[in-house]
Amino acid sequence: MERSGTVRHYDSFGSRVFDILNVVVLLSLAAITVLPLLYVLAGSFATEAEIDTRPFFLWPQKFATEAYDYIFATDTFLRALLTTVGVTLVGTAVQVALTLTMAYPLAKRYLPGRALFLNLVIFTLVFSGGMIPTYLVVRNLGLLDSYWALILPLAINPFYLMIVKSFFQELPEALEEAARIDGCTELGVFWRIVLPLSKPVIATFSLFYAVGIWNDYMSPLLYINDSHKWTLQVLVRQLTAPNADAENVLNQLSSPTFPQQGLKFAVIVIATLPILLVYPFLQKHFAKGVLIGSVKE
Amino acid sequence: MATDLVPGAVPDTHRQPAEHPTPGKAARRFAAVLRYRWLYLMLLPGLVYFALFRYWPMYGLSIAFKDYVPFLGYAGSPWVGLKHFEELFTGPDFARLMVNTLILALLTVLFVFPAPIVVALLLNELRKRLVKQSVQALIYIPHFLSWTIVASLTYLLFSADFGVLAGFIHDLVGGRQSDYVAQAAWFRPIIVLQLLWKQTGWGTIIYLAALATVDIQLYEAARVDGAGRWRQFWHITLPGIRPAIVVMAILTSGHLLDTGFEQIWLMTTSLNRSTADVFDTYVYYIGITQGAFSYSTAVGLFKGVVGLVLIFGSNWLAKRLGQRGLF
Repeated sequence: MERSGTVRHYDSFGSRVFDILNVVVLLSLAAITVLPLLYVLAGSFATEAEIDTRPFFLWPQKFATEAYDYIFATDTFLRALLTTVGVTLVGTAVQVALTLTMAYPLAKRYLPGRALFLNLVIFTLVFSGGMIPTYLVVRNLGLLDSYWALILPLAINPFYLMIVKSFFQELPEALEEAARIDGCTELGVFWRIVLPLSKPVIATFSLFYAVGIWNDYMSPLLYINDSHKWTLQVLVRQLTAPNADAENVLNQLSSPTFPQQGLKFAVIVIATLPILLVYPFLQKHFAKGVLIGSVKE
Repeated sequence: MATDLVPGAVPDTHRQPAEHPTPGKAARRFAAVLRYRWLYLMLLPGLVYFALFRYWPMYGLSIAFKDYVPFLGYAGSPWVGLKHFEELFTGPDFARLMVNTLILALLTVLFVFPAPIVVALLLNELRKRLVKQSVQALIYIPHFLSWTIVASLTYLLFSADFGVLAGFIHDLVGGRQSDYVAQAAWFRPIIVLQLLWKQTGWGTIIYLAALATVDIQLYEAARVDGAGRWRQFWHITLPGIRPAIVVMAILTSGHLLDTGFEQIWLMTTSLNRSTADVFDTYVYYIGITQGAFSYSTAVGLFKGVVGLVLIFGSNWLAKRLGQRGLF
């Protein structure tokens, strides 16, 4: 990356014009990316009147928290928030535990049957049973309307599994060998040697799994009917869909001060905020190239 | 597994070779399982997961050739051969689904696929490190936002009452400002815009990684030979990312019929079904909301098989054209 400054010197006029244009184009691109998000943030703190009259703004004329006051006072929202946080925490723990324990033996080249197991995993990358057969499995297991339906069907991401497996393969075998000679079982080696060495990888995939569950809309759509078990994403949808009846969704009596539009802005902000908070950590890891293999997620 | 761990089992395996001079395949296998019992034990939960949630559904695909009755189960339901496929191919929905899916696929190939390549190349030409890193940090963000959020943002920005983009379109095409997002004619442009906004930044990563591996000495040599900026780009940079482009093209081709269920479903309204209905959402409507499990499974299987053929086909093609394939 240093090369642009040190190796290539272009002094021609055309080259300089290109450089300026390039910076302008890319900065505009970055602006287009973040402006909608900033607008929603500003709108969530604006009054209903301002949202209705100003098409786009990045700073509210009159600072208002009525949308947040309103939504935090509804049971529907609080329940969805709690459900989502709970499912995300438990789900991430299950996913990470399963991925790590499966990746470790798969990383052992000497393990008889390893090739077969690897091929079984790789095949699922190119082919799957699809929506309905998976739905029927969840139904046959009696998991419909269970929080586990939001966790178990996605418990191992085969892409992540393969990347963790490659990481384990890179670990120096000599360390593990030394522990084994000292009388450690394979389980002990995994627990005392391998896991402590894998903290950055564990952190990375915990975040990626957590973001996946937090953002998941398809699983609740397929497996959850009970409106008491809605996740935040479902609530966002229910409040922002065309012709959404927000008062009905939130189980509130109609009132003249109902922040019809502001609610949408606020709920989007709340559902997005945790992602943006962990984003710097995500970026730190994937920028290192940890996830190159799984770009096509 | 549990019985393998009983200590008494060990002498048994040692006794067997005495009866058979060379230990049999089964005996050797048993010894291996015993030796690596902890590793196999660790493998077990994951294998159970793959069996239950990845391979049991594949077995469930058999109902595409049956009339699935839940209380008879997969095995007990009667075979009907290709009935459901005939129904799909000769039915009134097939042409519309195919056309809608293919048009979205075509638009993806034309706009969504090249976008990250172009942006990566532009980023690569940036001389200011700070600008480059800032732009990268910002354009990766949308990848991590859910489709629910992206759809909600779209509905706000295209809202007939106050949406700024609805206002833009209104100024552009004139007429009465209306709910573009609900109209069939605006469905495809909006889907493409969403894809561009959400995935372009993230898509640059793989190309930037490829660009970072291009040998700097090549540029130096070219400069000594008098190559200008454009020629260096054309003869060094572009060939440098060609393998990455091929790999991504193969991967993308396998997903051509995957239109992104969540995205399409969230953007479908009662008014735009004529352009919005694709195989993925059709499977949901027919299967989950109407309960036609066998028929919808057949539709899903058809799509999955086409995807497999496409990914292997394009891989073969890439090799024929002298590129390195994926497998």
